[in-house]
Amino acid sequence: MKYLRQFGIILAVTCAGEIMKYFIPLPIPGSIYGLILMFVLLLTKVIKVEHVKETGEFLIEIMPLMFIPAGVGLITSWSQLQSFLVPLLVITVVSTFVVMIVTGKVTDFLISRKEGKK
Amino acid sequence: MDNLIMSSATVGIVISLLAYEIGLAAQRKWKLALLNPLLISIAIVIAFLVVFHVDYESYNMSAKYLSYLLTPATVSLAIPLYLQLDLLKKNIGAIFGGVISGVIASLGTVLVMSIVFGLSHKEYVTMLPKSITTAIGMGISEELGGYVTISVAVIIITGVLGNMFAEYICKLFRIKSPISRGLAIGTASHAVGTARAMELGEVEGAMSSLAIVVCGLCTVIGASIFSYLW
Repeated sequence: MKYLRQFGIILAVTCAGEIMKYFIPLPIPGSIYGLILMFVLLLTKVIKVEHVKETGEFLIEIMPLMFIPAGVGLITSWSQLQSFLVPLLVITVVSTFVVMIVTGKVTDFLISRKEGKK
Repeated sequence: MDNLIMSSATVGIVISLLAYEIGLAAQRKWKLALLNPLLISIAIVIAFLVVFHVDYESYNMSAKYLSYLLTPATVSLAIPLYLQLDLLKKNIGAIFGGVISGVIASLGTVLVMSIVFGLSHKEYVTMLPKSITTAIGMGISEELGGYVTISVAVIIITGVLGNMFAEYICKLFRIKSPISRGLAIGTASHAVGTARAMELGEVEGAMSSLAIVVCGLCTVIGASIFSYLW
């Protein structure tokens, strides 16, 4: 029963997020509203973390699996992709690595500067 | 074969699970970033569909239930984030500074390289939301008039790249703090990268989840500004 209730709570918050998306006309998916809502409910202790922890952690653990169908879906957009495949791949690879390095280095720098001040 | 697959409500899920198990086993055995379980399972399923002449739609009839779990799983990302609340409060300035510089780096590199390659405006805006979570990225691409299906493809490729190389990049460029590592992974490669960050550690995972939200929201604003630049 514990897991069923946990799953129920998570689904209820997810559903509330989807309803918010219906009323707010921004290109933001229901899952992001749901994430923010869940965070606020945990902060305000409306939901206690033990009421969602195990099931939530299980869902997060199996998350990579959930991307398989979308990844396999690449075969359906293959013909469109071919037209500018080379620039597309170069931009994707370079930009992904640059973003990762910039974000990591800037955060490292800001953290060490803050610690240096103390 | 196509009819057989379509008649079962579980076969797509079973194939995906099996492919993922093979991917995990391969990674355990050889420990190479290139043997990423997600990449391997996608490749195995594609090979299966091609060899047995199965339509993607037939496979997805049942496999879509896996994608269906993605929304509650994304909502659950709030849990590790909440568990790391003290860390979040203590480093709030560094966290936002890092993610925002990452968003600018993402939009900036796409802009510069689109100009270099001479891409059309439509192709350029298709690439703009590449580092953010699929659902927001699709919305932005549609709003700006890009090719939505290609945006989805680029977003997934970005995620898989992040998932594969996160650890190497962090080591190679000496990104030290677990906070910075998590943010770097989440900002660059959204939820697919976050799945990897979760395996690196609790702090990495929580920060990567946070980065998905902050980076996604900043990109909604940033991409619409950048769309005027080329």
